[in-house]
Amino acid sequence: MSDAITWKGPALVDEVERRSGTPVSACFQCHKCSTGCPVGPEMDLLSSQVMRLVHLGAEADVLESRAIWLCASCEACTTRCPMEIDIAGVMDALRIMAVERQADGADARAEIFNRSFLGSVRRHGRVFELGMMTAYKLRSGDLLADVGKFPAMLAKGKIGLLPKRSGAAAQVREVFRRAEEEEKRP
Amino acid sequence: MKYAFFPGCSLETTAWDFAQSARAVCAALGVELEDIPDWVCCGSTPAHASNASLATALPVVNLQKARAMGHPVVTACASCYARLRTANHRLRADAAECDRMERVTGARYDGDVEVLHVLDLLVNRLGIAAIRAQIKRPLSGLRVACYYGCLLSRPPEIVAFDDPEHPACMDDLVAAAGAEPVAWPYKTECCGASLAMTEPAAVSRLGHRLLSMARLAGAACVVVACPLCQMNLDLRQRDATAAHGELPPTPVLYVTQLLGLALGIPAEELGLGALTVRADGLFAGMKVEG
Repeated sequence: MSDAITWKGPALVDEVERRSGTPVSACFQCHKCSTGCPVGPEMDLLSSQVMRLVHLGAEADVLESRAIWLCASCEACTTRCPMEIDIAGVMDALRIMAVERQADGADARAEIFNRSFLGSVRRHGRVFELGMMTAYKLRSGDLLADVGKFPAMLAKGKIGLLPKRSGAAAQVREVFRRAEEEEKRP
Repeated sequence: MKYAFFPGCSLETTAWDFAQSARAVCAALGVELEDIPDWVCCGSTPAHASNASLATALPVVNLQKARAMGHPVVTACASCYARLRTANHRLRADAAECDRMERVTGARYDGDVEVLHVLDLLVNRLGIAAIRAQIKRPLSGLRVACYYGCLLSRPPEIVAFDDPEHPACMDDLVAAAGAEPVAWPYKTECCGASLAMTEPAAVSRLGHRLLSMARLAGAACVVVACPLCQMNLDLRQRDATAAHGELPPTPVLYVTQLLGLALGIPAEELGLGALTVRADGLFAGMKVEG
């Protein structure tokens, strides 16, 4: 993050408010969100700092942060915010913007995981865990994590070797196509 | 009582024991669950973190299928539950969003199909008194930490069947089953399950924090109502203790498994053998086969 951050205009806060549908500008920095955040210790920016940087228009600082990808979407911040800002929803909007703008330094693993998960849903209508995890591992290079858990999971029937397709898989593919189109509408 | 059941992806695979025990408990209590035909994935966190239209459209596809069945929807996964309820919430408030979803899914839906979590069904539709009357093998002396996690009670304007900071419905259910729910402070702290693949260090820290607090509060086991919490605290328990310090192995059961045992359902019909940390020891000395 740069040492001195000066106000860069309202474009960022306007866009984040439009995309998330929540009043980010109402944040008065009480830090209640950061205090209750389960992943605060791992974050490079606390959630209240993300809100402030959005006010200031510091787009790169926010979109290149690890914090937006570390958010576990647990909704504690959204539930407790005294100004009723949907802070977890703001994190979603920022993740989507980071991917659209190919922001540097954004933690790639969460985005790769999301892509692998949704790829599986698009194909089968449901998540096929083994296929999804293989795709994630190949794309992220994180090949060995959790491999030791597979044999027991297989033995207990907790992971399958073949996908369980939904009968509506074709419908899901069409929904994906149209949802992507919808997001491109002005 | 008949409901349209939305199993969701986890309940078909990693949480088949939750599905089996939820179905067995509902059957024992006279609740009929009929699966939504050709249900599809709710999209979970990857959808809402990637594409806002998709995050609403996938639940809507399922809710449209459920509407044709004419029953309220019941689901057991906390994430599916939150996604289905969130979609309804968005559509009820916003005609433009209904138009958008009609373009994406090809059919009109205005958010009117009721969605319940199985806990809500048990505690608020059937009622604690009616369940207590059916208990055949009270789990006397078993001390239990009821863990609600994040999405069963948050955010309250969307889910709202219990208090968002101090939920009690699972404690009431566990007490009705004759066990003893312990008071502990981390009932609604997130376990970080959505980060399990991508941020294992954070997930180990969070899991260890929860399990060690449950032990400190005197619990012999943890009871959950979410497939992601269960997998995180059970399958990844050894990772957590290896990274942050040894703890006695702590079984993490689905609330429907615990309740099922108390209702007299045999352990093998509740999928207890699928737990990573075995629960057999909990029921030694009770007239319950663990």
